[in-house]
Amino acid sequence: MIWSRFLTYGLIAAALAACPLFLNPYWTDVLNSIGLYAALGLSLNLIVGHAGLFNLGHAAFYAVGAYTAAILNTHFHIPILMLMPLCGLTAGLFALLIARPIIHLRGDYLCIVTIGVGEIVRIALINNVFGITGGANGIFGISRPNLFGWVIRQPHEFFYLIWAFVALTIFFFHRLENSRFGRALNYLREDETAAEGSGIDTAHYKLMAFVLGAAWAGMVGNIYAAKMTIIAPESFSFWESVVMFTLIILGGSGSIPGVLLGAFLIVGLPEVFRGFTNARMMVFGAAMIAMMIFRTGGILPARPRRYRLPEQYVGEEGA
Amino acid sequence: MEEFLQQLTNGLAVGGIYALIALGYTMVYGVLKLINFAHGDLFTIGSYLGLTLLTSMALVDRLGPVAGIAVLVLMVMGLVALVGALLERVAYRPLRHSPRLSAVVSALGASIFFSNALMLIYGARFQVYPQGILPKTAIDLFGLYVPLVRVLMLGTSVVMMIALYTFIQKTKIGTAIRAAAIDQDAARLMGIDVNRVILMVFLIGPALGGAAGLMVGLHYGQINFTMGWVYGLKAFTAAILGGIGNIPGAMVGGILLGVIEALGAAYLSVAWKDAIAFGVLIFILIVRPTGLLGERVAEKV
Repeated sequence: MIWSRFLTYGLIAAALAACPLFLNPYWTDVLNSIGLYAALGLSLNLIVGHAGLFNLGHAAFYAVGAYTAAILNTHFHIPILMLMPLCGLTAGLFALLIARPIIHLRGDYLCIVTIGVGEIVRIALINNVFGITGGANGIFGISRPNLFGWVIRQPHEFFYLIWAFVALTIFFFHRLENSRFGRALNYLREDETAAEGSGIDTAHYKLMAFVLGAAWAGMVGNIYAAKMTIIAPESFSFWESVVMFTLIILGGSGSIPGVLLGAFLIVGLPEVFRGFTNARMMVFGAAMIAMMIFRTGGILPARPRRYRLPEQYVGEEGA
Repeated sequence: MEEFLQQLTNGLAVGGIYALIALGYTMVYGVLKLINFAHGDLFTIGSYLGLTLLTSMALVDRLGPVAGIAVLVLMVMGLVALVGALLERVAYRPLRHSPRLSAVVSALGASIFFSNALMLIYGARFQVYPQGILPKTAIDLFGLYVPLVRVLMLGTSVVMMIALYTFIQKTKIGTAIRAAAIDQDAARLMGIDVNRVILMVFLIGPALGGAAGLMVGLHYGQINFTMGWVYGLKAFTAAILGGIGNIPGAMVGGILLGVIEALGAAYLSVAWKDAIAFGVLIFILIVRPTGLLGERVAEKV
């Protein structure tokens, strides 16, 4: 049973790893974008899919990570990938600061506040806040990532970096899902009152999920900055948050394979239909509506989780 | 002082626009508990339809400015109301018993659909309203010169809001809308056709939003297919500011937000104007989540 699953994952990983050998740089780059959005989607999935918090401002935390990396790299010439933990930390701290007073808000209200936060961050970046964000032009001249002497430049080189990170992300969030923390979140999303009644500190868990998801998005921001070498405020607009949000809901909120599939569909499909440049976004909007009507839970919905008690606790009462 | 009053009148005029759009949000939220993200795009549709009707039918040349604009307003309101009803039928009604998130995504999809449809039809560039429809005179108000357009904008908004308020308070349909906002199931048991109530809400809200779009076109002269987003978000902020689901609240919130924004832009910073509005939103939600006129409701368990 478990071996067949390993075999499936191994085959998928191998097929993916071979992709850059067959694809031209353009399509490899599309796969890179998909990878970045997959990682972002998984980080947001912890907040939306597991904790059940509507967050439509995730791009703000992504931006904080990317700008932290860009500013420190261009001013102090610190190798960009070494900044990754710090990017996560700043994004996480920022999220803590923001979320602390608002985490108790009801779903829709939280949604609208996160939109507001996202917009304020974007406006702050455009207005060159503290004189370090470079205003509307952003920051350029970020150095190439250097991994033990291997300078990453080409799309296919980034492909391995990004998808290795995606693999790490999948592993991390998969483990988290099955941890005490993940189970608490699951319970909380299903029935907050019952969760609170059984002694789960709901406010604490919600806050932690929000901060952790945001911190992970900050790390993705680091990779994004390294890949682009230029970052500007438009890359972190509200629509970025919408893309992350919809790929989760469309793929299947709370389900890791769902989020991955969502990233492929939302980021990949518009590229496939690039020939129809003008109409594709309109069709995309219509498809979002149709999708919600005909398959509310997403394409690959999360399976209900079953927990089994260890053998020695079962059947003792003679049930 | 004069600068202050000048900004105040500007704020009041823009606030009237926000209030008109906010009414659509607040009514939909009141009855369906749904943030209609596509509402801002209905507003944009209003301003584009207004431009098309104005130029293609030469209304002002034929009927004169007063009657021409009046007919234009009615036509735009009617057409946008139809779009709103269609939106409800196609994108929201099938999702009425689905999880909250699905309806939110559907609303976002509708927003993307509308704004890109407008871009396909009219092109991505700014469109310009013909100049000189409304006379460029200013009214002398105790030594303060207020452009006539602003007075008309605020006046029209206020008239529409009062009309809506009377409609909601005095008519039978209005009572049904209020009842459905409190408890849909109970309203149904009392013999109210909730589907019809929701349809009404999706006719009235978009009609007012469309009228606001037309006014923005007439006032600023330039419209763009993306502008609905910012106006929509500000109007939603206004609705929350006043207490969402509360009709007088939306009016007060809209006008207040317009004034705060205009004064903030004048005395603090123009570049941070939009951030001021969102800052107000966050502040209100932290200190008084039910808004200025909202009542504190106990969370249902």
